Amino acid sequence: MHNKSVAELSRELESGNVSSVELAQQFLDRVKREDEKYNSFITVSEEQALAEAKAADEMRAAGKATPWTGVPFAHKDIFCTNGVRTTCGSKMLENFVPPYDATVTANFRAAGAVCLGKTNMDEFAMGSSSESSYYGATTNPWGLGAGDKRVPGGSSGGSAAAVAARLVPAATGTDTGGSIRQPAALCGITGLKPTYGRVSRYGMIAFASSLDQGGPMARTAEDAALMMNVMAGHDPKDSTCIDRAVPDYTATLNEPLKGLKIGLPKEYFSDQLSPAMEEQVRNAIREYEKLGATVKEVSLPNAKLAIAAYYVIAPAEASANLSRFDGVRYGYRCEDPKDLMDMYTRTRAEGFGSEVKRRILVGTYALSHGYYDAYYLQAQKVRRLIQQDFLNAFKDVDVLMSPVTPSPAFAQGEKTTDPVAMYLEDVFTIAINLAGIPAMSVPAGFVDGLPVGLQIIGDHFSEARLLNAAHQFQQVTDWHQREPK
Amino acid sequence: MQWDIVIGLEIHVQLATRTKIFSGSSTAYGAEPNTQANAVDLAMPGMLPVPNENAFRYAVMFSLATNAEIGRRSVFERKNYFYPDLPKGYQTTQLAEPIVGPGHIDIDLADGSSKRVRIHHAHLEEDAGKSLHEDYHGMSGIDLNRAGTPLVEVVTEPDMNSAEEAVAFAKKLHSLVTSLGICDGDMSQGSMRFDVNISLKPKGSDELGTRTETKNLNSFRFMEQAIHHEVERQMDILEDGGRIVQETRLYNGDRDESRSMRTKEEANDYRYFPCPDLLPVEIDDAFIEEARASLPELPDERKARFKDQYGLNDYDAGVLSGEAKLAAFFEETVQHGKDAKLAANWIQGEFSARLNAEEKSVADSPISGAQLGALVVRIADNTVSSAGAKKVFEALWTGENEDVDAIIDEKGLKQVSDTGALEAMVDEVLASMPEQVEQYQNEDNPKKRKKMLGGFMGPLMKASKGQGNPKLFNEILVRKLGG
Amino acid sequence: MSISREDIEKVAVLARIKVDDEQVSALEKDLGNILDLVDQLGAADTDSVEPMAHPLDAVQKLRADEVTETNQREAFQAIAPATEDGLYLVPKVIE
Repeated sequence: MHNKSVAELSRELESGNVSSVELAQQFLDRVKREDEKYNSFITVSEEQALAEAKAADEMRAAGKATPWTGVPFAHKDIFCTNGVRTTCGSKMLENFVPPYDATVTANFRAAGAVCLGKTNMDEFAMGSSSESSYYGATTNPWGLGAGDKRVPGGSSGGSAAAVAARLVPAATGTDTGGSIRQPAALCGITGLKPTYGRVSRYGMIAFASSLDQGGPMARTAEDAALMMNVMAGHDPKDSTCIDRAVPDYTATLNEPLKGLKIGLPKEYFSDQLSPAMEEQVRNAIREYEKLGATVKEVSLPNAKLAIAAYYVIAPAEASANLSRFDGVRYGYRCEDPKDLMDMYTRTRAEGFGSEVKRRILVGTYALSHGYYDAYYLQAQKVRRLIQQDFLNAFKDVDVLMSPVTPSPAFAQGEKTTDPVAMYLEDVFTIAINLAGIPAMSVPAGFVDGLPVGLQIIGDHFSEARLLNAAHQFQQVTDWHQREPK
Repeated sequence: MQWDIVIGLEIHVQLATRTKIFSGSSTAYGAEPNTQANAVDLAMPGMLPVPNENAFRYAVMFSLATNAEIGRRSVFERKNYFYPDLPKGYQTTQLAEPIVGPGHIDIDLADGSSKRVRIHHAHLEEDAGKSLHEDYHGMSGIDLNRAGTPLVEVVTEPDMNSAEEAVAFAKKLHSLVTSLGICDGDMSQGSMRFDVNISLKPKGSDELGTRTETKNLNSFRFMEQAIHHEVERQMDILEDGGRIVQETRLYNGDRDESRSMRTKEEANDYRYFPCPDLLPVEIDDAFIEEARASLPELPDERKARFKDQYGLNDYDAGVLSGEAKLAAFFEETVQHGKDAKLAANWIQGEFSARLNAEEKSVADSPISGAQLGALVVRIADNTVSSAGAKKVFEALWTGENEDVDAIIDEKGLKQVSDTGALEAMVDEVLASMPEQVEQYQNEDNPKKRKKMLGGFMGPLMKASKGQGNPKLFNEILVRKLGG
Repeated sequence: MSISREDIEKVAVLARIKVDDEQVSALEKDLGNILDLVDQLGAADTDSVEPMAHPLDAVQKLRADEVTETNQREAFQAIAPATEDGLYLVPKVIE
């Protein structure tokens, strides 16, 4: 069962070959048996999962089943789950059990899906390796066979590793600068960062509010489409969530790709990209040509400024978003504060890890008096230039394709001492968040036995087209079916 | 040296919305601590703000009533600082693009002149919670019920030059927002709080002096005292050749003392930036027209009407039109009492004095305008004397009886206006006071005669057990004594 | 651009994060490197460019003024570090 996709499990449940409770128990047993190797879960919520599975069986018996009823999955530990600890990978929230659900959580709950637990992540989603988690690093299932301990990417590394290791068929993720796509690429699975505003952020713990977006992580594009059918939609509780009709993302998966116009941003095929990686990506693009697509080179002249703009905007927003973690109403509070200032400064010094503190300090500095115009305002202007580049490109082409990462999964510890080297990991993904457009990572080959991701980028609200392009590719390739040994 | 006083005000006006500015929590005052602080108000992880439509409607009504530009596009920003009563660690407020642009309010001064005070802008923001300073084993308690209550912060130009002007502005603003119904105006519950910016400059100089800001004054009286206090403090410093430090000060009204809270050098770096959880708010014509249609009569319009419709003088019209509830009480009184001047006198006299003495507002009055009106009718038709009317008022106020005529009967306050009975009493009294009658008749000075007439009134009132109509007694006396 | 120790200490106070001398030294290097990366922004010609706060050109929707929340104090205070009589307790607040 563990090798089956969401769509396949849904059919098994529908046909009565297996019950929701049996399925949940099988997957829970597998998580308990296997996850020691990966540390992809922070919390396994067995009791609640079995209760949800039982309710799912009843829902089916009552004739109210959806495609998700009884299907096991996991949430990134950034989505608040009523009654289940939600840590965001931080000591700050070690004992935080929210009395409410995120909208995404509530949507899966309403569909009857069975959440097995909460997956590991970089603390407060700040990182590209899932090593900054207070609950220990997650290990990439790929490379383990060769004895290598490689990072799964981040920040949604726990979700990516759990899906790649067949602990769950699908998991939610969030992407602020590449946090769905980069781990999806490094773990050989399929991930989609939707258009900003397509998925509600309510109850999703904020890192950088104008960039954060929740999205699906699964093995196939079809499963990602099934997840989007549950995740996407207007939410009156999120002011930035767009009120726009949600299509059935599975309905257009089989559209032919003949005539699809693909643009290749020349800036994303630069010398930062290793030749072996480039070869895999170009091979994938050739598959698209075989499917009838045409290819041309395009330019995103301001893309080179994306990392600089991002590392002003994201830390600035984060510095304010994380002020609520002050030890007053919930979460960690330091022992025996001698006064109010001491409570604040020690609570936050002890409760946050070093990368989170670095970003809060950078953001505070960028917003502080005398630097606002040079940093924050300038970054917002550059952000518009970057978005303009993409919108111009989409006048000529339907989608853009590029690598997701400059290189395959790196070794644990390799970049932890050099924050800037870690930041450059997101060089091909970050501009997409600034522009607010959707993009996918699709398994597209291997380098040195490690997965390579193809990035497919679309115009605002073009998720259905991206999923269609990914699905068609997955009909003629099997990279997404490869299993780590 | 002679000094000019320059005053600007920042006034926090709590809006009378049902719910908070960014959440559906109730704003009702006086609930048990933290029972009206929900996930958004508590800044629980992942919570997001959704702005309240009525907060914007009220702000637009305020714009319309102060001849202000309406911010067609307004933007919320985050003002970052840590305080236990500020759950998010930032206050969501407006800075560069506020909802209310430049406008003005005209104030009336005691000398009968009026003055225009310009409003620089007014913006929407959220209120903080409260730190309670009772001791919990050396700790403070935090109640976040108030956190997220919508405020309009009105920022004036430094157009006021005395405590009198500042207080007149504050009262006019109070009158305006309560008339609009956008604020309950209850100062004791913090519905209006004042920050006062004060500087001095040599008389006639164009250059503004260094200013201080005295924060969080919650009554007109404290505001007035604080201004006098701060003006004197600055004057003492300047006349000793010292310099004013730009700083924020706290005034203690009970002790008439102030102290520095922080200087400019220590000022917070608030790191304002546009709130990424909220989008720009755009106000369209339809929204404005709807708000305009819902505008009630404003104090200035009402004052003009009171003069016109009830024949009140400028002063009476000003006092009675200023506060919506008082104005409504007056109109109810006139409706039942007919005589507007008499109603105006009673409301500004006995009624207001009694409210003040008991620290009550019009809303808490135990008597209604209809009851006072009924009393006014009985005063006007000479059924009761003014002394008797005060006894009726007392009985109404204490709730002894609700009906004016019943009180008059029960207490025997009805004036005797039967001429025959009164004439008999006059005859009797004059007969008992032959010396005074002779003196009167020998007196030529009309003024003195008039005074001497008063000497008969006491015995007459006594003879009538206080119930004789004094006016009639007077007429009969003059006639009987021969002019 | 480099950042001074004084700047780091000042920013740490604003952000309410306690840093010791050793951490300040490490941050001087790390934050300096990050600011070097970020300084590329200065090269962009943005004279006629409007700042972009949101990726979508959308307008705020307003919520009807209706009470939708009920008292959840017990649930919220069950996860609080310190409460008494329904209040959140913190070290003494001095204005």
